[in-house]
Amino acid sequence: MWHSARRRTQIPPADDGVSVGSAIAHDSAAGQIRGSAQYIDDMPEAANLVHVAPGYATGAAKGRITRLDLDAVRAAPGVVAVLTSTDIPGKNDCSPSFGGDPIFADGRVEFHGQVVFAVAARTREQARKAARLAKIDVEAETPAVTVEDGLASGETVLPDYQFLRGDPARAKDGAANVVSGSLRVGGQEHFYLEGQVAMALPGEGGEIHVYSSTQHPSEVQHLVANMLGKPEAEIVCECRRMGGGFGGKESQASQWGCIAALAASVTGRAAKLRLDRDDDMIMTGKRHDVRVDYTYAHDDKGRLAAVVVEFNMRCGYSADLSLGVCDRTMFHTDNAYYYPNVRIHSRRVKTDTVSNTAFRGFGGPQGMVFAERMMDEIAIRLGIDPLDVRKRNFYGRGRDVTPFGMKVADNIAPRLIRELEKTSDYRQRRKAVKAFNRQNRFLKKGLALTPVKFGIAFTLKHLNQAGALVHVYTDGSVQVNHGGTEMGQGLHTKVAQVVAEEFGIDFDRVKITATTTDKVPNTTPTAASSGSDLNGMAAKRAAEIIRNRMAEVAARLHQATTSDVGFAGNMVRVGEREIPFAELARTCFLERVSLSSTGYFATPKITWDRETTSGQPFLYFAYGAACSEVTIDTLTGEMRVDRVDVLHDVGKSLNPAIDIGQIEGGFVQGMGWLTTEDLVYDASGRLATHAPSTYKIPTASDVPEDFRVTLWDSKGNREPTIYRSKAVGEPPIMLAISVFSAITDAVASLRPGRVPKLDAPATPEAIARAVRSMREA
Amino acid sequence: MPTVSMTVNGKQVSGEVEGRTLLVEFLRENLRLTGTHVGCDTSQCGACVVHIDGNSAKSCSMLAIQANGTKVTTIEGLANGDELHPMQAAFKEHHGLQCGFCTPGMVMSAVDLVKKKPKASEHEIREWLEGNICRCTGYHNIVKAIQHAQQTM
Repeated sequence: MWHSARRRTQIPPADDGVSVGSAIAHDSAAGQIRGSAQYIDDMPEAANLVHVAPGYATGAAKGRITRLDLDAVRAAPGVVAVLTSTDIPGKNDCSPSFGGDPIFADGRVEFHGQVVFAVAARTREQARKAARLAKIDVEAETPAVTVEDGLASGETVLPDYQFLRGDPARAKDGAANVVSGSLRVGGQEHFYLEGQVAMALPGEGGEIHVYSSTQHPSEVQHLVANMLGKPEAEIVCECRRMGGGFGGKESQASQWGCIAALAASVTGRAAKLRLDRDDDMIMTGKRHDVRVDYTYAHDDKGRLAAVVVEFNMRCGYSADLSLGVCDRTMFHTDNAYYYPNVRIHSRRVKTDTVSNTAFRGFGGPQGMVFAERMMDEIAIRLGIDPLDVRKRNFYGRGRDVTPFGMKVADNIAPRLIRELEKTSDYRQRRKAVKAFNRQNRFLKKGLALTPVKFGIAFTLKHLNQAGALVHVYTDGSVQVNHGGTEMGQGLHTKVAQVVAEEFGIDFDRVKITATTTDKVPNTTPTAASSGSDLNGMAAKRAAEIIRNRMAEVAARLHQATTSDVGFAGNMVRVGEREIPFAELARTCFLERVSLSSTGYFATPKITWDRETTSGQPFLYFAYGAACSEVTIDTLTGEMRVDRVDVLHDVGKSLNPAIDIGQIEGGFVQGMGWLTTEDLVYDASGRLATHAPSTYKIPTASDVPEDFRVTLWDSKGNREPTIYRSKAVGEPPIMLAISVFSAITDAVASLRPGRVPKLDAPATPEAIARAVRSMREA
Repeated sequence: MPTVSMTVNGKQVSGEVEGRTLLVEFLRENLRLTGTHVGCDTSQCGACVVHIDGNSAKSCSMLAIQANGTKVTTIEGLANGDELHPMQAAFKEHHGLQCGFCTPGMVMSAVDLVKKKPKASEHEIREWLEGNICRCTGYHNIVKAIQHAQQTM
């Protein structure tokens, strides 16, 4: 029985397996609770290891470097080497995509915090102290900091992109209600608890082994090789675990891996770079903030006729992953709703700030916040319950094609919402909220029930592939490696469960090892929620290959056919006989049959063609919904989340404990994004909120005590995914939009019919401003 | 350089430190007790919490010499050999961790809470944990684990 709080949810029992579907604890938990699970900074250090610290022009955001005087840095105590762009033998670039991300600024500074040099010293403190002694003069130019600055300069990091269906202009003209507006949605700092870190070891003949806290070891390997002008075969990148990633280590771990590798290459010594937290927050990108400008048209029942929306995404100084991020904002502009006539336009605004990057949801949440804001606005203006407006706009029969042309074939949103409406007691509570608001002058409550529909697959087709390597040893223990990385999400646990299931052995007989590019090569990032979908399937295939070989041996030796052979309970059944799994493994070795195999998987049905905006970008959708109730103080703007009910679809869960953990954690992270996490840049382009002292991350007391998470009673994914499960990494972050909508609802109660001016994040200051705006004439 | 002596996880240790050396640096670098983590470098996140004479403290916000003569317990010293401390067992059983980076500080902080306020309410538990940031779990399973350990400690 799996439940998170006051209500219980029935989880379908595991098929017939011993492993898949069970709530097995995280594979690293035993080490993590003892403090023995190693993160990179915890690894033993080589005797002459150098510590590396980055340096930058502290006084400038943009301009030509006119003087770079590093003499004092070189002369500082303990300094072993000082590195700049001129020390790079190969390519000075760590971009994941289109170039334009120099490892060290070369000639120009393009944002405040851009790394200009690095210093390697005997201790970390010596390196950091020395880095401050640099004299860097910059011919300062006025930086474009905000979306408006960027729009004024007219510069973009990538061309505009658009989805268009029907004739929105004509549909608007014929509609009863046409509304225009603008909404801002803020960015978000990842604040992975373990900051960016890498350690590089020089090997013989110039080989480099990089330990990197990265979601994408193959890319670190690739970029280090390019930087050093070496073949990729001479570089290994390894990652046992990250202390959190959330997208922040998808592309932006590479720079630190490159600098550590360069330091190792130049000094011939092991080199470690762990960013100080303030530097981490200043030097690495965040979730894209956006100004959404929109016009929509609807009838008097609240049903949409046309939606025209422009997303002005603040990308920062370079493209990084902005193409995929900004596209995904567009892919989720519909959330769970049908827009008959629609134009979705995306502008990838260039600003002279750090390059914004992947963050859980990868742009999708920004699109969805707009959709839900639109539903709230329609409801407020028409005086209809927002849930009813949402229902009227759901995808349904004859209304089942997305703005990008994909048919919504697995639409469980209406059923799921109906169930949550019932179990959360929405209608009763709506009445209670209204009564509360009538009786209380200063405290006001709000309630909102919002859906999530999230497309699963990388929208960049070639990333939808994975490899795995499985070994069975002669004692019957099994080792599994795959291309995915562990950042706390429990991927390694799920993949090990899959392999245990395939061999019919206990979970603790399966050992999962560090992700490393010399075991499984040419991998794609652990991102897009697809870690288990891809790597679970690759590992399953590798295990199947070995199992089939073992079955053939068993059948041959016992005069049976392979269809008589079964694997369960650590035993192999051959007709009437049972052999211990380990014994069969030994027999296979004696019979000279290989007990090792790779496995490979490429997601089927992905046909998206970006040029022609046609084809299918996703294999399936993951669904969920949340109902949140909040109370605001109209005098101070303070807000409390009173209760949250979540119903979420994970298909057939591989591990309900891990899945519920993803849902709860994602919800709270999303709630932080939309309510307290406020990134502030000053006019000169410097980030003012570069530590958790000024950037408010939710703590235990900010989270509602009454938090009820239930898994949707699914018969399994319609698509043949790994054990019919569904991806769960990103979708839950968007459940938190219900909190933002509930706040909107509470403010709107002050003056029926008037839409509050409320942007995200809805901090107490923003809520207080919105309350004031309701009192204006 | 001054010499500091203290009892760490039941063992008498001493070492030369600079006056400015933080306790967490002494633990991690001199003693190689790397279970105590540095998360934010600015005394906000709580990943570095240890016990000083039985009280929880952020080891990044005190100097090693301030701990001179004290009894320090780190996450490595919490279990009794193979036998987990009830709080550790509860965190594992109730899935009170994901990436695990905050876990040592979270566990040390929670142990101190249950010792000082064995019957702390859920609300009190949540307020106590305000000095420990977790970015993964949403805290729910952490609170559940602590409530469970209240019964078993």
